[in-house]
Amino acid sequence: MAEPLLRVERLTKRFGGVVASDDITLDVEPCELHAIIGPNGAGKTTLIGQLAGEIAPDAGCIRFDGHEITALRTDRRSARGLARSFQVTSLFLDFTALDNVALAVQAHAGHSFLFWRDARGDPALRDPARAALARVGLGARADMVVSEMSHGEHRLLELAMALATGPRLLLLDEPMAGLGPEESARVVTLLRTLKQEVAILLIEHDMEAVFALADRITVLFYGRIIASGPPDAIRRDAEVRKAYLGGQATGSRDG
Amino acid sequence: MTAPLNPRNAVVIAVLALLALLPVYCALAGNTFLLSLFTRIVILALAAVSLNLMMGFGGMVSFGHAVYLGIGGYVVGILAKEGVGSGFVQWPLALAVCGVFALAVGVLSLRTRGVYFIMITLAFAQMAYYVAGGLERYGGDDGLTINKRSAFGGAIDLANRTQFYYLCLALLLATVYLVWRLVNSRFGLVIQGVRSNERRMRAIGFPILRYKLVCFVISGVICGLAGVLLANHTHFISPAIMHWTRSGDLIVMAVLGGMGSVAGPVIGAVALLVLEEALSRVTEYWPIILGPLILLVVLYARGGIDAILARLGRG
Repeated sequence: MAEPLLRVERLTKRFGGVVASDDITLDVEPCELHAIIGPNGAGKTTLIGQLAGEIAPDAGCIRFDGHEITALRTDRRSARGLARSFQVTSLFLDFTALDNVALAVQAHAGHSFLFWRDARGDPALRDPARAALARVGLGARADMVVSEMSHGEHRLLELAMALATGPRLLLLDEPMAGLGPEESARVVTLLRTLKQEVAILLIEHDMEAVFALADRITVLFYGRIIASGPPDAIRRDAEVRKAYLGGQATGSRDG
Repeated sequence: MTAPLNPRNAVVIAVLALLALLPVYCALAGNTFLLSLFTRIVILALAAVSLNLMMGFGGMVSFGHAVYLGIGGYVVGILAKEGVGSGFVQWPLALAVCGVFALAVGVLSLRTRGVYFIMITLAFAQMAYYVAGGLERYGGDDGLTINKRSAFGGAIDLANRTQFYYLCLALLLATVYLVWRLVNSRFGLVIQGVRSNERRMRAIGFPILRYKLVCFVISGVICGLAGVLLANHTHFISPAIMHWTRSGDLIVMAVLGGMGSVAGPVIGAVALLVLEEALSRVTEYWPIILGPLILLVVLYARGGIDAILARLGRG
C-alpha cells in the first residue's frame, strides 16, 4: 500500500512535567477527513502546532507526502501544501478581508521581491483570493477591514486563508468555535465538499459536526491516543464514553 | 481614490509649495539662514522617511537609525580628506557601506523582536559612535571639517546653495514616491503583513526573515543618502550625529507626523524642526513647551498629524 499523505510516528512533546503529546501515531489519507477529539487540555492544539512546524517535538517523526518534515520550517511546510487555521483567530486585522486572503495567495505565487507594481491591482493575486472568499461565503465582505468584521466572519476568513494557499492537507483547529448554528451548518457543508479535494485533519468540539463529517476519529486524552477508528466504532467505544463523550455522542451540540 | 481637496491633501500641497518656493523668497529677501534651515529640514525628513519604512510599515523600531547619517557622512568626509572629491565616487561608496553595515546589523538583530531589537540597534549605533570618536586622523571626538562639497563635474554645482537645496528636495520627493510604490507592492504588503501578524505570515508560507532584512537594508541605504547630504550641507561630520538622541529625534519626527503614511514623516520633520527653531527664539527653555506638545499628539492622535488631518477631512 502506498504511504499515506501524512504519517505521524511516535510523536512526543513534554512541557516540564506535562506530556502534551504522548507517543502519538496517526495518519491521514488523501481526501480523508480525520477528526481529533478530546477534552480541553488533551493536547490537540499542541499536536497541530507540531504538524505545522511551530512547536518542535521531543521525539518522533512527521512524514508528509513521502518526505520527512519533522525539522522543516513552518513556511517550507506551507510551501509543500500544509495549511493551518488557528483556534484563536490570527489575522491581519488592519487589512481588508481581500488583502488577507490575497497575501495567502501571494505566499504561494513565487517570491515577493517585487518592489514596484501595485500588488492590490494584480489579478493574479486578487482573483484567486476573491474565489476563496466566495467559497466560504464572504464574497460580499471582501473590501471590509477585518477588525470591523464579526467573530463568525473571522472564523470563515481563517478558512479562506488556509484554502487560498492551495493546500493538500488542511489542519483545522476548531473552525467552528463560537459560531452560531447557521454559520456552523455552512462550515459543515463547506468541509464536506472540501474533503473531496484535500485531506483534512480536523480538531473540533462540535460533536454533531465531527460525527457527520469524519471518515476517521482519533480520541486524545491527556496527550495519549485512547481510541481511533471510524465514527461508529468510536461512538460505541466504552473507554471513550467514560473519558469524554458522556451522553453527548448521540448529537448534542457544543461539548 | 481620495477627494482632491480634503484638509490632508491641502496641507501636503501647502507644505510642498512652501518647500518648492522657499529659495525664491530667500533670494528676494536675502535670507540665507532660512534656506540653510530648510535644507537641513529636507535632509532630516529624508532620514525620517527611511526610518518610517522599517518602523511604520515593517514594525521594526530601530533606536540606532542615525548611525546611517554618520556612516554616509563619514564616507564623504574621509574621502574628501584623502583627496577624493568626486561625488560619483563618494556617493555610491557611502551608500554601499551603509548597505553592508545594515546587512550585518540586520542579520544579527532581526531574529529578536521588541525591546531586544531596539537594544541591539542602539548598541550598534553606539559602537559606531565610539569608533568614530577614536578616528584620530579624522578629528576624533571633535569631528572633521569637509572643505569642499562633492563634485559632480558640470552636472550640478552643490556649492550653489539654491542648487543644493533643490537637489535635496528632489531626492526627498523621489524617495517618498519610491517608498510609496514600495509599500503598495508585493514586497510592501509582505513587510506590512509581518508588522501586523508575524506568526500568520509564517503559517501562510512566507520566509519572513529575508524580507525583513531587505527592508532593513533599503531603509539604511536611504538614510545613508541623507547622511551624505547632511555632511555636504554642514561641511562637517562628527560622532555627535550618530548619538542615540539623534536616532530619537528621527523616531519623534516619524511618530509626530504619522507612521501610517509615507509622507507623514515629512510633515513631522517640518513641524518638529520649525517648532524647535521658533520656540528657541521665544525662550531658552523651549523643550518645556515642545515636550508636552509632542506628548499631546502622541496621546490623542495615534497616527500623528497625518491622522488629525485625515480626521478633519472626514468631518
